[in-house]
Amino acid sequence: MALLQRVAEQGRRVVRFTLDGRPAEALEGDTILTAMLTNGDQLRRSEFADSPRAGFCLMGACQDCWVRTEEGERLRACGTFIAEGLRLVSASEWAAEAASGESAS
Amino acid sequence: MREIIGCDVAIVGGGIVGGSAALFLRQMGFTVTLLERDWCGAKASGVNFGGVRRQGRPLEQLPLSQRAHAIWGRLPALLGTDAEYIRSGHLKLARSETDLQALIDYQERSAGFGLDLEIIAGDAFRRRFPALGDRAVGGSLCPEDGHANPRLVSPAFARAAAALGAVVREQTPVDRVERDDDRFTLLCGGGLEVNARFLLNTAGAWSQRIATAFGEPVPLESLHPNMAVTEPLPRFLAVNIGVEGGGVYGRQAPRGNMVVGGGRGFALDADRARPQRDAVLTLMRDAAELFPQIAKAHVIRCWTGVEGYTPDRNPIVGPSRTTPNLFHAFGFSGAGFQIGLAVGEALAELVRDGHSSAPLDAFRIDRFPPTP
Amino acid sequence: MTAPFQSSVIQPGAIQPVIVGAGPAGVRAAERLVAAGLRPLMIDEAARGGGQIYRQPPDGGFTRSKAALYGFEAAKADALHRTLDGLRDRVDHRPRTLVWNCEESALDLLCDGRTETVPFTHLILATGATDRVLPFPGWTLPGVFTLGGSQVALKFQGCTVGKRVAFLGTGPLLYLVAYQYLKAGVEVAGVFDTTPLPVQARALSGMLRDPVTLAKGLWYVGWLRAHGVPIHNGARPVRVEGDGRVSALVWRDAGQAGGREMRVDCDAVAYGLGLRSETQLADLAGCRFRFDAMDRAWLPERDAAGRSSVAGVYVAGDGGGVAGADAAELAGERAALALLEDAGLPFDAGRATALDRRLSRVAAFRRALSAAFPFPADWADSIADDTMICRCEGVAAGTLRAVAVNSQAREINRAKALTRLGMGRCQGRMCAAAATELLARALGTGPDGVGRLRAQPPIKPLPVSATPRFEAAAS
Repeated sequence: MALLQRVAEQGRRVVRFTLDGRPAEALEGDTILTAMLTNGDQLRRSEFADSPRAGFCLMGACQDCWVRTEEGERLRACGTFIAEGLRLVSASEWAAEAASGESAS
Repeated sequence: MREIIGCDVAIVGGGIVGGSAALFLRQMGFTVTLLERDWCGAKASGVNFGGVRRQGRPLEQLPLSQRAHAIWGRLPALLGTDAEYIRSGHLKLARSETDLQALIDYQERSAGFGLDLEIIAGDAFRRRFPALGDRAVGGSLCPEDGHANPRLVSPAFARAAAALGAVVREQTPVDRVERDDDRFTLLCGGGLEVNARFLLNTAGAWSQRIATAFGEPVPLESLHPNMAVTEPLPRFLAVNIGVEGGGVYGRQAPRGNMVVGGGRGFALDADRARPQRDAVLTLMRDAAELFPQIAKAHVIRCWTGVEGYTPDRNPIVGPSRTTPNLFHAFGFSGAGFQIGLAVGEALAELVRDGHSSAPLDAFRIDRFPPTP
Repeated sequence: MTAPFQSSVIQPGAIQPVIVGAGPAGVRAAERLVAAGLRPLMIDEAARGGGQIYRQPPDGGFTRSKAALYGFEAAKADALHRTLDGLRDRVDHRPRTLVWNCEESALDLLCDGRTETVPFTHLILATGATDRVLPFPGWTLPGVFTLGGSQVALKFQGCTVGKRVAFLGTGPLLYLVAYQYLKAGVEVAGVFDTTPLPVQARALSGMLRDPVTLAKGLWYVGWLRAHGVPIHNGARPVRVEGDGRVSALVWRDAGQAGGREMRVDCDAVAYGLGLRSETQLADLAGCRFRFDAMDRAWLPERDAAGRSSVAGVYVAGDGGGVAGADAAELAGERAALALLEDAGLPFDAGRATALDRRLSRVAAFRRALSAAFPFPADWADSIADDTMICRCEGVAAGTLRAVAVNSQAREINRAKALTRLGMGRCQGRMCAAAATELLARALGTGPDGVGRLRAQPPIKPLPVSATPRFEAAAS
């Protein structure tokens, strides 16, 4: 499942968060990207291609790793550190819109 | 290298007005040369907000605006693309009872023009537009108004004209214009000379040059509407939104990006402008207040353009008062996108018939006191 | 109502230098300005200085040594970090801060979700570079990362981007990161070098000017070979396969007639074709650009000391043309000396001359680099119409070609307006090189003939909620 593999620095404190509603664990000092991709294999879905994305440059240039929280905050996963209790979502918010069948006002 | 083109009509300025005039003139059978200093539709016509709106215009613009509405309805036939044009409705919000009354007054004054305005207020408003919550006491809906993608619409007119045989020259500045023996001679960059019986001055914020060259300077001012677009968001808003009394305006593009505008950018030079930081930040704050759906989103791009404004905010459209066969159309004061198509058509009529079937008297070039 | 804007005001006659970027160029610039008695503001997006190459691990229990993190470069990394630490009280270091706009001698910053405007009298742009890529089918699949990004995962997070990783592209990072990955204990499925072997062999003679770099490169190659890693020269990517994530890389061996397609199983691909400069702020600052044939990109004009075309604005390091970290350190210091000279302050002219002499050799090094790791200039010929070029907006190669061949767009900003290419969150950082190549080929011109994608504020996404501090001051 996990895309990223931990190969070093594994003695850090455990940080608990949720990913798509399920409890997950990361390590202190993980970026959100690391936290999500050691627990799964995507960060988000492209709005236009509806294909999964998992970041690309990891240094704040490609902007392909914007993820959201259940509260609707948007965070750049490669440059934001994981924090205890973050509730992260990798599913498309667009699919939810289509499923609900609601039209815009 | 010297090149000479002879034609019936020379058009200076390849924006939506010049481009649509070229198309309509070709449909009437005139030979046309369209000269554009930049790229067709790259200036204000192509970078404006994209509102396709009759509602809120001064009454004297409504006959033209109604004609434009009909042309917009034929867009796919004219251009071969819908250019993301949607008749989503334009909703003008009232944020106070006073503003609501102003909307009701406008509905009454414009009653004969066919806008079919509908005033919606109170609970009915909140039920119909839940996305807008209680941030307005009501609004006036023009159901057939809408929005479009100006980046696609405006260049498409020059392209459609070219497909019908118009000569379209981009990257071609006009250095000098002369008139003798009933002909205009335009000396252009790259050694091009254009000879034409008629001359249309549709050069937007840069139209002053030709007007002045023929002895009719106008008080035209360049201003720079400030706009921003967010990342794509799930659809929450179909209608194009304005606010009575001005301020922020917004529309959600079909792909989900929210386009908002308000405030002014600043000029880098006569040709280029940039968004201004305070205006951008103020716009973000005001837009988030009006559309809480974007409060947690990001602005991914800001832009502005260079647009000619007149003192009375009505455009200059019609014949020159000094020079036969010269017609002006510029100074749309930030509201030329929708009406531009009818202006292009009116210009074509002026060339063909010497008059337009639309009333243009309010847009006479000599209506301003002489500039010192 | 809009509260009046209140920015901090610079006293007449005062000098307020601002440095953007805390990598090798930025830190050396700051060091030199501090030595002259100035107190620069140094702004950087990272939490800790060092830039991408000498990026430091986050706070919170990371234990690897610098030797483990930076290998041959550990001493240089350590020296730069120490310099930065030593400057702590004499530089206003603003970490975790994005500069999103430059307008009329002031920068707009974003930090902790708030914007702030800071004026400058002098500006040193040390904005660095990121990987240059050219798209090919499957490049957006989870598991495809840039070479630099793959290195960041390891250096900064103790992670690899997969268990069995294919390394694809060209440039000094290709073999270095493959080596680092193998040492970290994951499988390297192969190194797929887009440079044909004869080209590389010829170019290596040019690298003799820089024997240390050459030796390091050869050492990585030798080490990888000795550990059984297949190295393929002249490889061309065909596609990345996978259902939702990478499962294989399909490539073609250009050396063989017709180029038979081959498949290698892997769960990640690390890809890059050298680096591209971050130039958006120079653009917004009004700097004049010129086309650089070596980088195949538009770069801000700068003189040997780093002066841009705008008085008081300097460009140092990879942000003004890719030359690597060592050159960036020299260029940062040199730009600071130019700043001091221009500000009428005492400066060490002898040191400036010495730096000029060393920097003059950088040009030769740059030539050697671009010869040894050439840009695959034939990419635009081979890429299919349905390949996605702009990963933000989902614009395909065919869409871009269409607006070029029917003469709607003879220039890249027009292509942007008509296709949305480069209009998304990254503002063309990932697609501009590819779009330039495609447009140029479709229009029958060179990459210098299609113009330059203009920067627009904000240069990276700006939260709508980033209300300015003047609001708080007014309430």
